[in-house]
Amino acid sequence: MSVALLQIDALSKRFGGFTALAEVSFDVASGQRLGIIGPNGSGKTTLINCVCGALRHDHGSVRLNGADIGRLPTYQRTRLGIARSFQIPRPFHSMSVAENIAVALEYGAGQRWANAVTTRSASTEVLERMGLAAKAEAPIGSLTQVDLRRLELARALATQPRLLILDEVMAGLSSAEVDAMLDAIAGLNRDGITIIMIEHIMRAIMGFSERVICLDAGNIVADGEPASVINSATVQRIYLGG
Amino acid sequence: MRNWTRFAAGAIALLLLALGLARVVGNEYFFFAGYVVLQFVVLATAWNILGGYGGYVNFGASAFFAVGAYSAVALAHAYSAPLPVQIFAAALVTGTLGFALGALTLRLRGIYFSIATVAVAVICETVVMNWSFVGGARGTTVLQPAAPAFFGSYTRLLFVVMTLLALLAVALARFIETSWIGRGLRAIRDNEEAAESVGVPTLKLKLLAATISGALMGVAGAPFAMYMNFIEPTSAFSLNYSVSALAMPIIGGSASWIGPVIGAVLLATTQQIVTVTVSSELNVLIVGALLVTFVVAAPHGILGLWQRLTARSGGRR
Repeated sequence: MSVALLQIDALSKRFGGFTALAEVSFDVASGQRLGIIGPNGSGKTTLINCVCGALRHDHGSVRLNGADIGRLPTYQRTRLGIARSFQIPRPFHSMSVAENIAVALEYGAGQRWANAVTTRSASTEVLERMGLAAKAEAPIGSLTQVDLRRLELARALATQPRLLILDEVMAGLSSAEVDAMLDAIAGLNRDGITIIMIEHIMRAIMGFSERVICLDAGNIVADGEPASVINSATVQRIYLGG
Repeated sequence: MRNWTRFAAGAIALLLLALGLARVVGNEYFFFAGYVVLQFVVLATAWNILGGYGGYVNFGASAFFAVGAYSAVALAHAYSAPLPVQIFAAALVTGTLGFALGALTLRLRGIYFSIATVAVAVICETVVMNWSFVGGARGTTVLQPAAPAFFGSYTRLLFVVMTLLALLAVALARFIETSWIGRGLRAIRDNEEAAESVGVPTLKLKLLAATISGALMGVAGAPFAMYMNFIEPTSAFSLNYSVSALAMPIIGGSASWIGPVIGAVLLATTQQIVTVTVSSELNVLIVGALLVTFVVAAPHGILGLWQRLTARSGGRR
């Protein structure tokens, strides 16, 4: 049996007296579509911050392809193949859309000394994929909220990830926009990119994921097929009270 | 590539122009004032590499300038080192100073680096004040060697040397700006966490910029004592250098290499004219007033105003 792409073992993170993650353990197989749900403050974003390196975890381990990456800085984890989008888009606002992608290609995908033509065609490919090709030269200030989300995704994609972590990439989008975004993400998955999706939009999570994990107060309270997780008594109680 | 050819051609033309002027112009004061303007071009360009591209503000440019000058003086006193060696050594010392300061403070995002630069200015000045080998608080005289026959006077030689240094500094800044290094630094300035998440090694890049910026500021100060024939701490560590180094790029426009050049030429020339015609005390006041005006009314500097203007007329067409 091959090693899982991502192995998280007894991961803990405390902020002062508050336990954000309490010994969380799970594996993500290569190619999987994993959805993570849970109420606000349940530790979803803390979890991905620990996986990406934005936060240092206190105990436990994070492994990528069997290698411990828990002490590596964020940029090295990105180069090993972990990319993320931020909950609130964080574009490089002094640059054009194409330059945003160029930074990710140069630093994340190791094309710093590639010639300009190679970089441009790689950048165009990513932008076309996300439906942003027409806006390649646009300044960030002129982008709509949907475009900003697409850029966030496109920039992560340009680092050529093996694991893509999406933090509420669809929040605030219309129903049609959610569908378009889901299509794009499903396409990435078909190309072999493993996806972890954090989302509050149940329709998106249920339609997209093949496995769902529910977090509550820093613990995994349910893990399995989407339907069984949503219908489990614990998840029902957390979301609906009682 | 074609852009670089044009840039190189322009740089060589300017250097030849400086050489020609050194032969032709009779008024010695022209070179005395011109040197100062060029020195500020180097200082502003150096500051902009970290402050403009990377967004980390250095309030202690005077420290780097003066440490560069004193490194040259110490070498001249100890070994009678020639000018190129003095300049190179100054770059080495202030580059190391920039790196060390960065290593201590750039791990943290935000204003810690800026605060530390203020402290460094005070510490360095105190050290020099008490270092009798370079004259301590009383200062020391530095004798200009005999000028080569071609130049006629040593001030003319220094004018040409500073032209060369300014061209090299601007070329380096331009290279950084247009390469992946510049894009990485701008990503850091825009959003450091996002930069790191797309693979930018933020700490390494900031340290690189702090080192290059520091080294070039030292280069700006290296010939200072030779130019003045004399050096003492109060004038070498003058607040004017720190304020000008950040005001000139901001007024000119910190997004591009040409911004600091525009700001430095404009401000330093104005300062020179005011010094002669009105008073030397008014200098800093002018810089201060202009800085406040630009920060409030045109935060992207003259370059930003120019781009807005051309964009608007382009839209009309």
